[in-house]
Amino acid sequence: MALQSGEKLPIFIGHIWSKQKSRWTLLGLRLLAFLAAAAATLLMVLNKQTKTFVVATIGTTPVNLTLTAKFHHTPAFVFFAIANGLVSIHNLVMIMMDLLGSKFDYKGFQFPMIASLDMLNLALVSGGANAAAFMAELGKNGNSHARWDKICDKFGAYCDRGAGALIASFLALALMLLISFLSILNHKLVNSSSHNSHNNIIALPN
Amino acid sequence: MAETKRIFTFLLRFIAFCTTLSAVIIMISSRQRATVLVFSFEAKYSDTPAFKYFVIVNAIVSIYGFLVLFLPSKSLLWRLVVALDAVFTILLTSSISAALAIAYVGEKGNPIAGWLPICDQVTKYCNQVKGALIVGFISVVLYMLLFLYSLHTALNPLLLEKS
Repeated sequence: MALQSGEKLPIFIGHIWSKQKSRWTLLGLRLLAFLAAAAATLLMVLNKQTKTFVVATIGTTPVNLTLTAKFHHTPAFVFFAIANGLVSIHNLVMIMMDLLGSKFDYKGFQFPMIASLDMLNLALVSGGANAAAFMAELGKNGNSHARWDKICDKFGAYCDRGAGALIASFLALALMLLISFLSILNHKLVNSSSHNSHNNIIALPN
Repeated sequence: MAETKRIFTFLLRFIAFCTTLSAVIIMISSRQRATVLVFSFEAKYSDTPAFKYFVIVNAIVSIYGFLVLFLPSKSLLWRLVVALDAVFTILLTSSISAALAIAYVGEKGNPIAGWLPICDQVTKYCNQVKGALIVGFISVVLYMLLFLYSLHTALNPLLLEKS
């Protein structure tokens, strides 16, 4: 009897402990992903730089041209801001659902909904981050074949803030990849271990 | 019912493989020589890193799609196919969005940065790139459907045979 209870107990405790620990790990990762995506959105939306160029000199008075670089001139950056905004809202909703959602009855839809939404938002953030990355590369290096000059030497601060937004977005992408696979793995582990412990409890007394 | 499902997914995978392959071929074969004032320059897909990335990703996905067509239906590797479908769908969406961003600049230009649109000088090249992007977009939609379908079947393991 002591041997049997000793055999049952570690399985039971291990199951409970890993479930709680993985729940809090997942929640912490979601919080980090939310912060990264929100930081990327804010950095891109508030990205602006004004610079005055001297284009010609008439007599002794220089002719000035003032140019402002804003994010909404480039559709790729607009898409980047929208995608990261949506991903941060998604992560916020997921955190709320995890903390406060035990009252609702999801009728078994909870897990497939979470998994599919996670994957869709992963695709969204990867599209946005990659488009902005290639536009930033174009701005940094220019394209000699199409006669497009690089602009990062003139608008240095704009380029630096854009680079910061890109880094935050790629961090959010990596975290969301980890989160989706961890939540699927976690669900499989919880389901299969509950079946296994059920079988063990039946099979042990003999 | 299971038989029609299998035939339908096989057909869908075959069409997706064809679209990715044709996107690669159309993009690679786009080139045009144009003369502007005194210069003569040639517009190729390899001038832009975004188009090179598009070609590379679509080539990898078409090789993957070709290999998956030959997978026997009761094999254990279908679980790996679910994960690989996820990865390749995400890669495809990122490649199409990058190529679309650069193609937009080529078509409309960017007045603040002083980038002039090049589509009126190399019209044939521009049209061919647009065609490759349309085919690439169709392949993204197809792979998204395939991925959602394999996610759906993988998350209801009671509906599949136990292996």
